[in-house]
Amino acid sequence: MLRVKNINTYYGQVHALKNISLHLRAGEIVTLIGANGAGKTTILNSLSGITPPRDGEIQFEGVTVNGFSPDRIVEMGISQVPEGRQVFKDFSVEDNLELGAYLRYRNKEKKSDIRKDIEDVFGLFPQLSGRRRQMAGTLSGGEQQMLAIGRALMAKPKVLLLDEPSMGLAPLVVQEIFKVIVNLRVKRSTAVLLVEQNARAALKIADRGYVLETGKVILEENARDLLENKDVQRAYLGRDKKEIWER
Amino acid sequence: MPNCGCETETMSHQILQYALSGLSTGAIYSLIGIGFAIIYNSTGIINFAQGEFVMLGGMMTYFFLSLLRLPMLAAMCLSILLTTAVGVVFERLAIRPLRNANPLSLVIITIGGSILIRGIAMLQFGKDTHSIPAFSSNEPLVIADATILPQNLWILGITFLIIAANRYFFYHTINGKAMRACSHNRRAASLVGIGVKRMVLISFAISSALGSIAGIITAPLTMTSYDVGIMLGLKGFCAAIIGGMSSGVGTVFGGLLLGIFESLGAGLISSGYKDAIAFIILLLILFIRPQGLFRKAETERV
Repeated sequence: MLRVKNINTYYGQVHALKNISLHLRAGEIVTLIGANGAGKTTILNSLSGITPPRDGEIQFEGVTVNGFSPDRIVEMGISQVPEGRQVFKDFSVEDNLELGAYLRYRNKEKKSDIRKDIEDVFGLFPQLSGRRRQMAGTLSGGEQQMLAIGRALMAKPKVLLLDEPSMGLAPLVVQEIFKVIVNLRVKRSTAVLLVEQNARAALKIADRGYVLETGKVILEENARDLLENKDVQRAYLGRDKKEIWER
Repeated sequence: MPNCGCETETMSHQILQYALSGLSTGAIYSLIGIGFAIIYNSTGIINFAQGEFVMLGGMMTYFFLSLLRLPMLAAMCLSILLTTAVGVVFERLAIRPLRNANPLSLVIITIGGSILIRGIAMLQFGKDTHSIPAFSSNEPLVIADATILPQNLWILGITFLIIAANRYFFYHTINGKAMRACSHNRRAASLVGIGVKRMVLISFAISSALGSIAGIITAPLTMTSYDVGIMLGLKGFCAAIIGGMSSGVGTVFGGLLLGIFESLGAGLISSGYKDAIAFIILLLILFIRPQGLFRKAETERV
């Protein structure tokens, strides 16, 4: 469904992504793991059109979408939940969700359908439902993350790009959010590209994973195999080399 | 000798009179200031061509009335439309191609644009000062011993109507909310599918329309000529600064405050100081409360 071929992305002179290729099938959960600065966020931003790649190709459902503006890409069906949530702080929870459906309003979709989807998001995150008129800036970190995901879902994406959804959140909240991500696949067959520092948690819910190092993909495997992979364990899952050898 | 209190009574009458006339000038400043604020919030630049939109509104209305002999309402609507078109073209030609330039160079471009528009207006309409007829009679009305022209009431009424409409647009329609979202967090806005370029264009359209309306409703009172935009633009800018660059209540109060102070100063001290007062207030605000009178000390603006 989503196919990335040999893209190169630069920040000014800095070569941030080097010949990255990856793909995502419908309904699949794929995770990108790698150290800080490996280029995980840059991949998502290249897909979203925020930092368009200089060359290479991004194909979505057979259409070449690199060079599209961020709003066109959302319209195509790729939504990003950005790092650090980035909810509209001075807007109510409901307004945030409405804004998530901005393109659907513009395309004159029925208001009642959009309302229904807002209620669906509240069904997905009951915690938000009691706070619908509250300003988003006053929510807790976990609630803001839920809102950010809900806002992205309002555009009815086929692919959801999630950037560090667990950042700064309590383990219980992370569990809840990951549960919702898994449910998305079951209920809406939304494909998810998940960027995570918490590699272990990400690999547990993912089907496949890519390992990135300094802007390159160095490994692509089933999530289960990556969890077992000794190099990955040592580098990203926090297991000591000694521990691995002694076992 | 019995104290009749005449002295203080005339004084208070005078103050009331000045305040009343200041109120309607202030309303004009608010409208212009809101135009500044809308563009500032969506692009981060101060559009110094804002005053020229005000001038175009008044001058074009005069032109349509006197030369094409259009009826009043048609002339006004047409000049609002044309001024809006000028604003949109200005954004397309001067601002959009340079979206990645730093704000300072864009501000300088708006100054250039304003000189250009003023020059074209001078060539087209000449250097004369014109007036357009008042919207209704010229008979002054007496309110609590102070007199007020019906046009002043028109100005106040229309301004408040527009401000209310503006408020409705920004808080209760999806496009208005999208524009605000864009000014709060541009990246997040584009990630939910809001076209930032489109929002900037709309903000120029709204600002130029507001400017032209201000120019039209004030023209019967203050006259209009090709260069009224400079002073009115700067006063509107003052109003926006006092209001902390908000496109809402802050700037409205900023404008009204400015209008009243100006009128009181001109009446009670000397009319020569009229313009100076606005700029003294501007400087004081910039020195003491650069975030504006009505804004909480800079909240987070990511």
